[in-house]
Amino acid sequence: MSSRSGCDVLVAGTASDSHTWNLIFLQLFCEERGHRVVNLGPCVPDALLVAETTALCPELVVLSSVNGHGFTDGLTAITALRPRAPRPRIVLGGKLGVDGRRHADRTDALLRAGFDAVFDDGDLTAFDAFLRLPQAVAS
Amino acid sequence: MSFGRFVKRAASLVVQPRMGFGDPVAMRDGLRATRDADATTVGTLTLDSYTRVGDHQAAAKALRERAPLNGYPIVSHSTETTAALLDGIRDSGFPVQVRHGSAQPQDIVRALTAAGLDATEGGPISYCLPYGRTPIRESIANWRETCELLAERADTPHLESFGGCLLGQLCPPGLLVAVSVLEALFFTRYGITSVSLSYAQQTHPAQDEEAIRALRTLAARYLPAGTDWHVVLYGYMGVYPTTRRGALRLLQASAELAARTGTERLIVKTVAEAHRIPTIAENVQALEVAATAARETVPTATTADTGILGEAKALVEAVLDLDDDLGRAFAEAFARGLLDVPFCLHPDNAGQSRSTVGADGRLRWTAVGAMPIVPTEPDSALTSDRLLTALTHVARSFDR
Repeated sequence: MSSRSGCDVLVAGTASDSHTWNLIFLQLFCEERGHRVVNLGPCVPDALLVAETTALCPELVVLSSVNGHGFTDGLTAITALRPRAPRPRIVLGGKLGVDGRRHADRTDALLRAGFDAVFDDGDLTAFDAFLRLPQAVAS
Repeated sequence: MSFGRFVKRAASLVVQPRMGFGDPVAMRDGLRATRDADATTVGTLTLDSYTRVGDHQAAAKALRERAPLNGYPIVSHSTETTAALLDGIRDSGFPVQVRHGSAQPQDIVRALTAAGLDATEGGPISYCLPYGRTPIRESIANWRETCELLAERADTPHLESFGGCLLGQLCPPGLLVAVSVLEALFFTRYGITSVSLSYAQQTHPAQDEEAIRALRTLAARYLPAGTDWHVVLYGYMGVYPTTRRGALRLLQASAELAARTGTERLIVKTVAEAHRIPTIAENVQALEVAATAARETVPTATTADTGILGEAKALVEAVLDLDDDLGRAFAEAFARGLLDVPFCLHPDNAGQSRSTVGADGRLRWTAVGAMPIVPTEPDSALTSDRLLTALTHVARSFDR
């Protein structure tokens, strides 16, 4: 991947999540903001996520989960990915819990485990603001 | 009586819930309530997502820890538990089908046949491409073995193709019809003599009517003589109306569509669809609302032909021409892009097709890749806003 004006972004669904429309939407959302996207699709096992991230060297990894297992799957994914990929910004978003409520403690745990940002309840305004941060596009 | 024969002999539309609970007691209560609803019903055991992906350890752990599951883990529960929950509920007047979503369903079929069940659903394409990353060739081999297992272990096996759904929305009907026909044909090649072909309600009633009639025409043409077959309609599978009124109107529209087209079976959606997993009472309400709407609808004989039959037939023929072995033909068809599911990100899907909701509310192809069909609407740049507008078209119309 090369860095021009935008940012190289890897989009992926979490390991147990078979939803696709959220990933298509995120790809378009990032592309419309000038970024280049590789979309791995749904049900991406942690090993594949690590392999693709180390092979493609994206500047941003966007994980999405809407099946209610986002906290659990996100924690497993970042624990596998962060030691192998210290450089990229890695974020998680979607509907992360089964009860549709926000949980600050779980978000804190995800941030401590290595995510740069967590967008619970699919907070696109916050994700858009994150994409505009200078760190998010620096390589 | 077998699942297939029960549905074919029913005097009115057979309605069925999507219902699954981890707890056998709740599952039994749900089946009993389905049986006792004021409608002609069949029962459903919907499995949980751990069982769907073959993670039976996680399902067993959830059972041990009494953690909630989003369905019934038929592989992790003992055969005795499943047989006991069905005892006195499932009989010749109330057949039960297992619904799962797995691309590797051999263990599921072993478990369901051991408990005396004989009806399930899925398919090598429809439970592979839209749902994960299992390579299509693996899924085809798994499903061949699954058909053979079911044929060998069940007295009156029935298998339903999920091909009429694919990603649930935005797939123009020609491809849905073709995949349903191809999968049903695949089942018959591997020993299943009673099948159902599916179609999921889309964005436009007349387009859906035409699609179901095309499905019936092609099933009659391509399935071997003597095959017991019927059509099952899925109530809308996309973004659902959030209002109670909108959700019920969309459900009624699906029942009316089934009744107009002589569709034998309908799988319902409930008022809870947009919000959470429905209760047993909400499922019963949906079954009864759908049955009433169907009773009040008069069947119609024909629908104007806008080309769905021709499109579906071209796709089916293109696949059948590839290889006498239908499994090899499926793999080759995806490798060449002769079948290409719009928006599907699976590594074995060509990903060159695109579709949209036209100004008149009908689904149209804006790009067809290598499929032997033609685009029905000029291509325009897809944006995140346009995608959201298309995905929520039905929900917005019914919530209005």
